[in-house]
Amino acid sequence: MHPYLPHTDEDLRAMLERCGATSADELFADIPENLRLKPGGYALGAPMAEADVRRYFRGLGKKNEALACFAGAGWYNHYCPAAVEALASRSEFYTAYTPYQPEISQGTLQYIFEYQSMIASLTGMDVANASMYDGATATAEAMIMAVAAGKKRKRVLVSATLAPATLQVLATYAEGHGIILETVSATDGVTDRTDLTARLGAGDVAAVILATPNYYGILEDLEGLADEVHAAKALLIVSAPAVTLGVLRSQGAWGADIACGEAQSLGLPMNYGGPGLGYLACRQGLKRKMPGRIVGATLDEDGRRVFVLTLQAREQHIRRQKATSNICSNQGLMTLHAAIYLSLMGPDGLREVNETSARVAHDLADRLAATGKMRLRYPGQEWLNECVMTVFEPLTTDDVLKACLRRGILAGKALTERELLVCATEMCTAEDVENYVEAVKAL
Amino acid sequence: MNSQLYSKLIFELSRPGRKGHSLPKYTSGQAFRVSARYAREEAPSLPETDEPTVVRHYTNSSTNNFGVDTGFYPLGSCTMKYNPKVNEAAPADAGLGPLHPAQPASTVQGALEIYHRLQRALSEIGGMSEFSLNPYAGAHGELTGLMVIRSYHKSRGEGAMRRKVIVPDSAHGTNPASAAIAGYDVVECKSLADGTVDVEDLRSKLGSDVAAVMMTNPNTVGMFEKNIPAIADAVHSCGALMYYDGANLNALLGVARPGDMGFDVMHINLHKTFSTPHGGGGPGAGPVGVREGLEKYLPLPRVVREADGSYSVVDSDNESLREVLELDPLGRVSSWLGNFAVYAKALAYILSMGKDIEQVGPLACLNANYVMNSLSDVYALPIPGPCKHEFVFDGLKDKSTGCTTMNVAKRLLDMGFHAPTIYFPLLFHESLMIEPTETESRETLDAFIAAMREIAREAAEAPETLKTAPHNTPVRHPDENEAALHPALTYAALTSGRS
Amino acid sequence: MIKYLPTHEYIRVEGNEGYIGISPFAAKELGVVTYVDTPEEGDELTAGEEFGAIESRKAASDLFSPVSGKVLEVNEALEDDPTLINADPLANWIVKVSISDPAELDKLMDETRYAEFCTK
Repeated sequence: MHPYLPHTDEDLRAMLERCGATSADELFADIPENLRLKPGGYALGAPMAEADVRRYFRGLGKKNEALACFAGAGWYNHYCPAAVEALASRSEFYTAYTPYQPEISQGTLQYIFEYQSMIASLTGMDVANASMYDGATATAEAMIMAVAAGKKRKRVLVSATLAPATLQVLATYAEGHGIILETVSATDGVTDRTDLTARLGAGDVAAVILATPNYYGILEDLEGLADEVHAAKALLIVSAPAVTLGVLRSQGAWGADIACGEAQSLGLPMNYGGPGLGYLACRQGLKRKMPGRIVGATLDEDGRRVFVLTLQAREQHIRRQKATSNICSNQGLMTLHAAIYLSLMGPDGLREVNETSARVAHDLADRLAATGKMRLRYPGQEWLNECVMTVFEPLTTDDVLKACLRRGILAGKALTERELLVCATEMCTAEDVENYVEAVKAL
Repeated sequence: MNSQLYSKLIFELSRPGRKGHSLPKYTSGQAFRVSARYAREEAPSLPETDEPTVVRHYTNSSTNNFGVDTGFYPLGSCTMKYNPKVNEAAPADAGLGPLHPAQPASTVQGALEIYHRLQRALSEIGGMSEFSLNPYAGAHGELTGLMVIRSYHKSRGEGAMRRKVIVPDSAHGTNPASAAIAGYDVVECKSLADGTVDVEDLRSKLGSDVAAVMMTNPNTVGMFEKNIPAIADAVHSCGALMYYDGANLNALLGVARPGDMGFDVMHINLHKTFSTPHGGGGPGAGPVGVREGLEKYLPLPRVVREADGSYSVVDSDNESLREVLELDPLGRVSSWLGNFAVYAKALAYILSMGKDIEQVGPLACLNANYVMNSLSDVYALPIPGPCKHEFVFDGLKDKSTGCTTMNVAKRLLDMGFHAPTIYFPLLFHESLMIEPTETESRETLDAFIAAMREIAREAAEAPETLKTAPHNTPVRHPDENEAALHPALTYAALTSGRS
Repeated sequence: MIKYLPTHEYIRVEGNEGYIGISPFAAKELGVVTYVDTPEEGDELTAGEEFGAIESRKAASDLFSPVSGKVLEVNEALEDDPTLINADPLANWIVKVSISDPAELDKLMDETRYAEFCTK
């Protein structure tokens, strides 16, 4: 028998007898013979010993190269304290499911409540849900939520400065909903407000979606935007990488109605792109339109403060095809990661993470510009820890990426042949920066 | 579990001036400050706590939780099987943690091998041609699968005319919700008394306006849809496609393959069938598989195995490769390639099980039938067996003392078991849906059976004890009406007294 | 005069105005009402079409309008305490409307027919 399967021969005999069967096969007598798995079964190998499984994965590890990371593009290499991993590895947490039975799920309910509270505070919103899959799908859910709140309005304006992957996910979701998704053009790396105003003026707009910092790392000036959007009876959705809210004006402070984005930046390992953590938060008046799980506080019969899943009537298991979203799960364990990370960082740590990251990035950009081989693409704009560099002819972004890769450095993400999106975090050392600059100089 | 509830919130342990971090310093260049225009005015209300305090807080909090590692978790339709520990080691062994998703393919060949090898194994088990692993969860997989179907009909010029998706009335709420989110009108078809689809009713609803029929098999009540070949023929002859909801795939491991039953598109929940942890709600993964001919519609990005055995990634920014491969992707459903760390865990499980995975379905079904046969004299069994991996009771057989399924569920918590799924499916008033999975021993099942029988005895002899359960849990009877009427959803709301 | 839809909404008619709410039968079936999603004053309702939703812990149901007309008033008290509906569903109407086509009332069930309908 396999180590995960506890049945002895004696168990099998006794259990089959209770079922009035002589073999497990009899339990499948109702399945037509021609539908049964063919003799010989699956084309899979013999069970592997645990040591061999680990050897295999370690072998794969040798084919993966951890690089000094100067790429961002929505996914950030911030430090994850050892305590986060240690606590999130407690199997009381990770082998539980959605906390349907509050009496025996207070651990999960409590950390989700803490996470919701932290996200609401970071975003300057009244309420946050128990998380979405990732930043792109959280933005898509925000869009659908705004369209549901906007009754019959079907147009949604989205800035061209959002991440391309997010724009593609929005387009994919919009198609099914009959949402008319329009892209607002970008000028000098930021949303073109004139184009936005003109499109808003055409009417029938349910929502406007922007990001700050945007995909190019630039801080967008949203002054007066909320008033303009609200005057057109539309909702304002603003996305931001969660960690940056430690130092930047929150979505709430800009007057947004819905805040959403990716929270992988809150110390989640990069894991080649997943799992991440989508966050979604909104103003009080929109909370019943918000998809996903929500945890609330209440009292039990002994007067103890306890936590429960609440506002469930909105959800798909009750509303079926009338639900605003089909989402059933959340990124539970990732919300635990984020809550522990934020508890360890506190407001000061979060500030330090951002300021150190920005310091490294600005230093790198200055020194790269000093090589005379590249310069800031949008020099007039304010940015935090991510920027676009223009590579001078005849050099291409590919040349830079390759030269750096030879030194174990991921130089960034190429946007075009000449534009490179470069990012730094507190994980980049002075030596890494030096190496990067040397690689470019040598080109 | 501790009987004393640990109930502090991390915010209540905060003291100004404490910190739980030590971050690297960078001394080159200039100190950076955000300009006033963009700077946050007030610091976020985050706790200020030292590391030992944080560690004690979450460790204590974890002891208020029940998981598969704590005890038996017979939550129907959720496949709460054991989560092997080697799975948890796999992502770190493969060095996934520090890999940035924008790294060149040449530096992540190990990661891409995980994706490809898992994709191939799932195709073999599902009887499909190819899988995209990108969708993040079962519901997300359903949505993606329906988008594949939409793309297929569109490519044939029938996108506009096929507006309907047919879903059995016994289906989980996610099926109709996913169909609606994908832009389809949902049409319900009836179930027969034995819980299987009423083929005549289904036939009467088929036509040139139908895009797909969504089914689970075995279905939500744990019965095999034995008319599936006839259903598939009828659906295909009207030009629609068959969608397989993999929620109940565990029953079929080693028994049958959805692809062989005539399904065209399916999703799998790695966190159910392939033993990756449920994580208190996620992250899961909901790979979508398609039969031959539909591969080109799968979403971007994709992992491709080259002739030389190396792997590359096809994404929207390498159009040329996309053209060479003649792809016609439905679009995109994820930022990158999905919940990658989960794939490593699922692959570790598949390698560990190897051919032994063929025992999973039979043992899961044996466990379910064993529990069902041991309790059907005291609990009402609306659909006589044999069942597959799960079954549904319609509450206690003797309902004369007024004890409900909710009472049974809460009393089980007192006895150290997680409750089954309750009040689902909607076909019965007092549904109690039990899925024991294959990783539970006969002793565990016997203990559960004894508890359930004890509860049935209580219902007859001491109904008040049952109706006021739970009695021994650290929390009892939370006021859920109050929670919904006056939602307190954040610590700030809790302390200010507003909602 | 009071009339009902098969979806359990009532309209209490006073002249060419009406008060729309949910029937005592529906209130009992729903259980404790936790939220009512109402239209805004001035919104136009169409007979037989959705105009809002009502939620309890165990269910969420759409509200359908018995008649066509304009919303004259929304019962603001329900925002603070939706359980008023459980206390007295007939007194605690949800919206007050102007009735644009009185002929639509003839298609609705009267009290006797509705009572019969509920026992089925």
